[in-house]
Amino acid sequence: MAGSGTAHMRNTVDAVLTVRDLTVEFRIAKDKIVKAVSGLSFDLVKGETLAIVGESGCGKTTLARAVLQLPPPNSGEVVLDGTDLTLLPKENLRSARTTMQMIFQDPISSLDPRMTVHQLIDEPLEIWDRGTRAERDERINNLLNNVGLEPELVLNRRSYEFSGGQCQRISIARALALDPRMLICDEPVSALDVSIQAQILNLLQDMKDRFGLTMIFISHDLAVVKAVSNRVMVMYLGKICEVATPEALYSKPAHHYTRALLDSVPIADPTRQRKTELLQGEPPSPMNPPSGCRFRTRCAAASVLCADQEPQLHEVAPGQFVACHHPIV
Amino acid sequence: MSSLLSVKNMSINFDTPRGSLEAVRGVDIEIPAGTSVGVVGESGSGKTVMCRAAMGLLQGSNVKRSGTVIFDGHELTAMSKEEVRNLFGSGMAMIFQDPMTALNPVRRIGSQLSEGLRVRLGMSKADALVRSKELLELVRIPNAAAILKSFPYQLSGGMRQRVMIAIAIACNPKLLFADEPTTALDVTVQAQILQLLRELREDLKMSMVLVTHDLGVVAGNTDYVAVMYAGEIVEYAPTTKLFADMRMPYTEALLDSIPKIDHKSGTRLAMIAGRLPDPTDRGAGCSFAPRCKYAQEKCHKEHPELKKDPDGHLYRCWFPIGVAK
Repeated sequence: MAGSGTAHMRNTVDAVLTVRDLTVEFRIAKDKIVKAVSGLSFDLVKGETLAIVGESGCGKTTLARAVLQLPPPNSGEVVLDGTDLTLLPKENLRSARTTMQMIFQDPISSLDPRMTVHQLIDEPLEIWDRGTRAERDERINNLLNNVGLEPELVLNRRSYEFSGGQCQRISIARALALDPRMLICDEPVSALDVSIQAQILNLLQDMKDRFGLTMIFISHDLAVVKAVSNRVMVMYLGKICEVATPEALYSKPAHHYTRALLDSVPIADPTRQRKTELLQGEPPSPMNPPSGCRFRTRCAAASVLCADQEPQLHEVAPGQFVACHHPIV
Repeated sequence: MSSLLSVKNMSINFDTPRGSLEAVRGVDIEIPAGTSVGVVGESGSGKTVMCRAAMGLLQGSNVKRSGTVIFDGHELTAMSKEEVRNLFGSGMAMIFQDPMTALNPVRRIGSQLSEGLRVRLGMSKADALVRSKELLELVRIPNAAAILKSFPYQLSGGMRQRVMIAIAIACNPKLLFADEPTTALDVTVQAQILQLLRELREDLKMSMVLVTHDLGVVAGNTDYVAVMYAGEIVEYAPTTKLFADMRMPYTEALLDSIPKIDHKSGTRLAMIAGRLPDPTDRGAGCSFAPRCKYAQEKCHKEHPELKKDPDGHLYRCWFPIGVAK
């Protein structure tokens, strides 16, 4: 039932980011094309956190990178503050990127092991010539204090001397250095322990409130997403399944795939184990996605209609949009 | 109930340039036959080192071991390397966290899977391949004949973990060590793998040690849980008892820090401030005291011993939750 459509677009003037009909394809051989993201649209209002959820290979990371034009999408618009990034000349795009920053999944390998923490955070400030040496040093100290690190203790150390959680804090400080408007977090806590995960999630929430950030938060863990998001978008094989507020999505999911994802989350209570049917198998290859609804090959409710026609996003409850011919009611 | 595996007073030290690192400190644990025991803790709490030591896999001149390990009547700590090795496969087997690197990248699945069958059970090459195909079907791999001829890079993470499980159960082991078997996998695939392990355990009458940092994974898949912190077991109880009536503040904090789907969105997560103590310098008091919200003066000075409730619930705390002073 994963499908297309634009019914969930709000078209308001508050939109910080509007993505329309975004398509990303990779040619891996003469006649082999990986359809990573297919005609996807969404918008993001100021101060909002949009969570993007789905299994490995559903195109979450590709989508986020296409927003940053890394690499640029094959087609579609990415409008940030009224400017379509896909049309910008190279130099203008470079300066536009300072307003969008990314935090990566693996905190240790995303920091250069040969640079000290001071150099890591100073680099963007230096490139963009933000203030004098003294002003920059003060900014670096402020940033480190903000993310809960003691500047004197960490400034001259390198990434390999820190734990995963501390490295993620350094990454966050670096991402905030240029005062971005938007932060894209790509599975920022997947590589961390549960106890550290809670620290980083709370920190991201604090930073968002303090700096008025708009966020895209990518994760495969629905429980993590619920803690941080205002709107959740479920993806499957490069298409949207469902877009809704976390309250609606978690209490009454309308898409069979959302239901299956929710049922897979382990419950930390031995007396409340589920007896539901698990989602079987794995997603089909994005090189040759199923016709019609892309989820139909694993869906218990699939019918002939699902193979023939691609479902379009439509509103099933206020603020809840689903792309399915047979939504759960 | 008889114990299949019994570990007594096990300590493991590694010599490092910074001094002696105490990875495991005086651990006692029993795995009753036919049960599944979860070992829970953060990275660096000694879970994996304990399992590897229990299997006799820690060798080397910089490793200092003490304590005894008795498996199925054999005292492993008194046996030679060769004798311990003979127990692998049919006695004990292990599946690892990272299914990407645990398989040999340049050998086909069929050859890796049939190796144990030929060496341990003395099967012919042809018989071993027939049995390998059956094993792949047992772990619910579709199109098993084609997978036998594939290389690991051609399979997804979930498929590779299924192959790892097939290799581990090939010689009908009595005890399976599963070291974070689903941590590297998606939630949907995690649910599938956990269900598979539950079914296999029942069908093959196998015991299991399930190592994980996720209390959610432990809840539906184990009979007993051992919680580890800084190289020690800090709480041990039947799973239902542990969740209903936990004694250790650490276990409580660990459970609270998990984001749950029935939480209201936007609520702040409870967190455990700070991190694990330096393993080369454990200090005098309770290892968890610096991070514990209930810690009092005594906790920083004196190291608590394991205490036992009349019902067998073990915990290591001066001021346990739910116990009248």
